[in-house]
Amino acid sequence: MRYKDNAWLLDQTDLKILEALQEDAKQTYSAIGKRLGLAHSTVYDRIRKMEQQGIIRKYVALVDAEKAGLEKITALMTVFTDPKESEKVAEKLAKSSKVLEVYTSLSEELVIIAKVVSGSQEELHSFIADSVAPLPGVLRIRTSIVTKKFKETLASISPDLSES
Amino acid sequence: MKIDVALKVPREKAFYFFTSIGNYTGENAASLKEFMEKINMVNTKSLEFHLQRGDFEKWISEVLQDSELALEIRRLQKLGLSGDALRNQLFSAFSRRIRYLSV
Repeated sequence: MRYKDNAWLLDQTDLKILEALQEDAKQTYSAIGKRLGLAHSTVYDRIRKMEQQGIIRKYVALVDAEKAGLEKITALMTVFTDPKESEKVAEKLAKSSKVLEVYTSLSEELVIIAKVVSGSQEELHSFIADSVAPLPGVLRIRTSIVTKKFKETLASISPDLSES
Repeated sequence: MKIDVALKVPREKAFYFFTSIGNYTGENAASLKEFMEKINMVNTKSLEFHLQRGDFEKWISEVLQDSELALEIRRLQKLGLSGDALRNQLFSAFSRRIRYLSV
């Protein structure tokens, strides 16, 4: 890892360590080192630097909410907005405990995409009708209810990046 | 209590037209008069969705506090109408009520 043009540049070893941590953040430095052909002290030093620089923000648990009986419905909501109000709408959505992820995207129109969880379809509808549709700048909303999850991860870098 | 057909409720109490769970059309109404106008603008799927759920009756009764019109809408719900037949009947019910309240 080196500093250039006001940013930390990661080398291939850093990326491979990050990839290993994203798969399993509880594995030991030795296990990562063994897998990547590095001394555990090298792995330790690099992880520590990435933690200090905020590249590794925190270590969290990926909970299977369905198995934990905490949710029944996951929906992907696309909110079409007035471009002037888009940031405010996204910020409001981000504050809701029912909203897990919020993104803005520009295709033909400026849209906000949000992942929403809810106890039931009725609860989901009430949330959207009472708390999202009335927000100033919301033009229309399309919601897709997830019927089956094929992949879910918290990873923010793809293994492809550490292979290029 | 005299009902003002043009009196607008705050935006958080307005009626928002959806076509199904979570799918908002972009149309909303904040008064009895506005609601009647929107009946002719929204997709009939939206009218069917809300009528089946009892949303119209609930909004008219709880927000506009017009129990007579709410009762009329409940009667319509029992007829099982759909498409343009439903739109026409809803529009007639609202326009009759607005005419009555405007006298």
